[in-house]
Formats: sequence, C-alpha cells, structure tokens
Amino acid sequence: MKILHSEEIQLLRNLAKEFADKEIRPLAVQIDREENIPEKLIKKLGEVGLLGTAFPEKYGGGGFGEVGFCVAQEEVTKACGSTAALIGAHQSIGANAIYIGGSEELKMKYLPLLTSGEKIAAFALTEAEAGSDAFNLQTKAEYKNGKWILNGEKIWITNGAIADVFSVFARTDKGITGFVVERNFPGVNIGPDEKKLGIRGSRTNAVYFDNVEIPEENMIGENGRGFITAMKTLDSGRIGIGACSVGGAKEILQLSVNYATQRKQFGKPISSFQAIQFMLAEMSTKIYAMESMLYRVAEKYDEGKDISEEAAMVKLFCSEGVSEVADKALQIHGGMGFSRELPIERFYRDARILRIFEGTSEIQKLIISRKTLKNKGVWKY
Amino acid sequence: MKIAVCVSHVPDTATKVIIGSDGKSIDPSGVTYVVNPYDEFAIEEALKTKEQLGGEVVVISLGTDANKESIRKALAMGADSGVLLKDENQRDSFGVAKALAEEIKNQGAEIVFFGKQSVDYDNSITGQLTAELLGYNCVTVVVDLKIDGNKVIAEREIEGGREVVETSLPVVITAQKGLNEPRYASLKGIMAAKRKTIEEKEAAPAENYVEILRMKKPAPKQPGKILGSDASAVPELIRLLREEAKVI
Repeated sequence: MKILHSEEIQLLRNLAKEFADKEIRPLAVQIDREENIPEKLIKKLGEVGLLGTAFPEKYGGGGFGEVGFCVAQEEVTKACGSTAALIGAHQSIGANAIYIGGSEELKMKYLPLLTSGEKIAAFALTEAEAGSDAFNLQTKAEYKNGKWILNGEKIWITNGAIADVFSVFARTDKGITGFVVERNFPGVNIGPDEKKLGIRGSRTNAVYFDNVEIPEENMIGENGRGFITAMKTLDSGRIGIGACSVGGAKEILQLSVNYATQRKQFGKPISSFQAIQFMLAEMSTKIYAMESMLYRVAEKYDEGKDISEEAAMVKLFCSEGVSEVADKALQIHGGMGFSRELPIERFYRDARILRIFEGTSEIQKLIISRKTLKNKGVWKY
Repeated sequence: MKIAVCVSHVPDTATKVIIGSDGKSIDPSGVTYVVNPYDEFAIEEALKTKEQLGGEVVVISLGTDANKESIRKALAMGADSGVLLKDENQRDSFGVAKALAEEIKNQGAEIVFFGKQSVDYDNSITGQLTAELLGYNCVTVVVDLKIDGNKVIAEREIEGGREVVETSLPVVITAQKGLNEPRYASLKGIMAAKRKTIEEKEAAPAENYVEILRMKKPAPKQPGKILGSDASAVPELIRLLREEAKVI
C-alpha cells in the first residue's frame, strides 16, 4: 500500500476528485436520464489525462500504472458510474488489449490517439454464443490478398456507439486472434443502444462486421495468440471493476452517514440507533477489505506478476461487496433511498452490472477454484 | 522575467473547524489542507503571464513540510520551481510578508502574485505588506490584468463597481475570483512536477506584532421557517419580513 499513499498518487487522487466534483458530478443525473455522456465531457477527460492514466508516458499516458488507474476510477465512480464505465471500457480493456498484445508499431499507431481521447476504444469479445464461454467465439477472419477479411457479430459492447477503434477477437486459421478495427472501415455497423437497468449513460451496442478489410499490421500480436491477450486484458479490466466498486461503495457510505446523522425519528437522529450503527459498521468493514485487496493486487499487477486468479477474487469480492453496501445504504435512506430525488437508487442500479460484465461472479469463481485446486489448497499468495 | 506566486496552505473550506484546547488555534487533527482558493487564481495568472511574456514561475510558500503538497500542486499546474520557507511557528501577516519579501528579492522576481486573501485568517493584507517591504507597486482585488512592457493595467473590484488603474513593474498583484478560470493540473503535469525541485530553507526571522488572544465560533444560525408552499403563505411571509426580520 506504499504506492497508494505516495505523493504523486495523492496528487492524482486530488486532481481526479476535483475534476469529478466540478465536471462530472453536476452532470450525473442528466447522464443517467438522457442515457448519454456529453461529448464535451469526454473531450475534457482526454485533456486532463483521465483516458490514459495507466499507460507509460511515451504513449501519451499518465504513467500511473494500474494503481493510479484504480485511484482515478474510484474518484470518477463516486461522481458517475456511467462515466467510469466509459473510461474502463476505453482504457482498461479497449486500449489495453493493444498495449498488452500489440507490436511496438501498433502501439505507437493507436495508443497516443487513445490516451489523448482523440479516439475512443472498445473491447469486442462477447458474442451471442460466446460470453462466459469466450473460447466459443464464431467471428471469423480470413486472409486474402494481403488483408484480413472479418465477418461476424459482437454483442454487449460497452462504448459501441461512440468508439472509433475496436479491439476485436476473431477466429483465424490458427485460432483466436485480436485485430484493431476502425469504425470507419467499410462494413462496420453499430446496432441500436441497449436499454439498461444501470450505467445508462454508457452506450452499449451490438457491432456487426460484414466483409470488413483489415490491414495486416492491425493484427494484435501473433496469429492465434489472441485468447491469451484477451484474458490478460481482462485481468486488468477486473481490477478496474474492483476500483469502480470501491469508489461507489465509499460514496454511498458517505451519503448514508450524512443522511443517518440528519434524519430524525423518535426525536433522535437515526444514527443513534444500533440497527443503523451496525449497518454502517458492516459497510465500513466491507469497504476496508475491498480496498485492501484491490490495491494489494493492483500493486502486484504493476510489478508484472501473474495475478489472474487474484484479479478474479478482486472482481468477485468487490462487485458483490458494493451491491451489499448499496443495499444497506438504500435501507438506511428508507423511502428517500427509493426516490429518484437522491443518488442512492442510481448507485444501486449502477452497481449491479459490476457482478456481470468482464466475467460474471460465477465465472470468477470458476477461475479461482481451478487455481485453488491446482495449488492443492496450499496458500500461495 | 521571473514571476513569483505566493501560496498558502489552508484548511479545506468544507472542513468543520474545531478550536484547539489552548482556545486560540485551530485543532489540526482531521483537517484536510488545500491550496488557498484565491491563490489558485494567482497561480493561473502567473502561468498565463509566463505564457504571454516568457520567463519562469517560482512558487513560494511559508510553513511546514505539509505545505509541499500545495507547492506540488502548483508545479503540476505548470509552475517551474518551488521554494518552501520553513517555520514551525505561527506568524502574523507581517512575519509572513517579511519572509516572503526576503525570498522574492532573492529570486529577483519583478511580477508577484498573491490571492487577495487566505481563507484561514482572512486578514487580506499579506500581499500589500510584502509589496511595501519590497518597495513594489501593488494592486489588490484584481479581476483583469494586462502587462505590456513595463506598463501594468489592472481592473480591480471596488464597492458597487470596478476601477481601472495603471502602474508599472515591479508589481504585486492580489487576485480576486473572476480574474481567470484556474486550469486543472493534468496527469502529465503531476508526473512532470515529480521532476521539478522544491528548495527548502529556513524562513527569514520576524517578530510578531499581532497576538491571537482567543478564538470563538460564531453563534449558530437560527433554523429556517417554512410558512407554506403556495400563495396563501405570502401575507404572513411579508408580515414576518417586516416585523420580525425587519428587512423590508
């Protein structure tokens, strides 16, 4: 946790908080109701550097690594879960697939445009019959006359409607392979916006590829090595989901304490009742555990260690944790928590997706138990 | 051209201030400190002045190691270097001005920016005292500034209007809200700030002329009254504004 409390990470947190308070929070209700994040805000995110926090400076990133990315995501989620989802899909999986799997030329071609926000990225792995069972994907890329021809259909693509660049995973002659596909390549079509329970401002769409020609140099890494890139990218993505969970949980704890100390029943603030106090204690303790594991794993990730099952643990525990915290927060707020007048119901709705995307809780349990059994129960952390 | 900006490190305005056990200082436990909000306008104006005239911006702050956080923020916004004038003891405005003036002279800065006041003690005087000690011209509460060669034209806020004044370098400007819109320190700025130096030195000694005897909290605000939610409440509202509050 040393890095978490270093001076530059503190400065980063202060900056992200200041930006979120001034630029994002005032728009959060509008973003939720209008189901769109204003382009102007996305542009500002790019200018301040929040679309490239983790990446090295030579690619135009902030150079703050996974720990820095998580700190920034916490602060953004405190203001608006939709905006955090946009940033996560763009940076932590969309652009990150290129960073993790791509050649130096490919990184130099795309990452500076993505870290600056000039272009927005999305990650396209999921298909109708390949979600949890990602290996079963059917999108095909065939090599013809020096180009790859892509055909297929991806669903539930976060940032689908706004992305300029897609990291797409398809089946080739040698297995699953990643490609960078630009939105303006002929044959790329975007489906209508999905109507969602939460993170409504974040645009989720199907993406169709109809004989899309992809230049050879846009292959991410080697032919047939895409599944490994996709899984490694999701490791980082899952840590990022942990950060959104921690940020959201901290915000609703704060809102709950504020409310409980002001709301009076039986002539006393409800915070003076043990029933409420116990809920607050459980919320604090849960968040402490979530935050501790998040940054333990984020630091290990930055050290270059293999953290696949630990990232799955972070994703599982933190996403389930924030849902519990949100449920208690809503209970503390009573009717006001149920009302759209306060942000609690929005956090409650926005938290729910965290247990689903980038691998459901059940898939995380599979990843973790496989490793636990492989280690024969010997503790290796 | 060297441009100095003096920054004070103050309790966050959202902080609930608790008076310390000695009854004459703020209890620092649990207080978050930030760059004095008016100093952010000063930093922004210093950076804009540098962008216009060239030169470099040095940030100067007096206090303890904790002040480095505010210096670092100014560096992340784009200032070139920082100086921390160390003193663990509480100083009055004159003591602060004396140490700052000494360092500004040392730096050879001819344009100096302050916030119009620090939101901790609110004396609104350090900038003016510093100018006087340096023998510099001084314009306070500035909302618009143009520097052209040696000529300085500043618009300042006065009661019910604005006043435009002309003076010359060297000058001390104290910034008012509205002078500019402070930029965010970018992520790149934070990393760049890591590579910039903060020089630390003992603050020039000074005698205090003002002693704080006692601090007390203002009386709590009376709770509000809700008279109704439609037009039928208006007559009673008018009566109370006339007879009770005596404001109309």
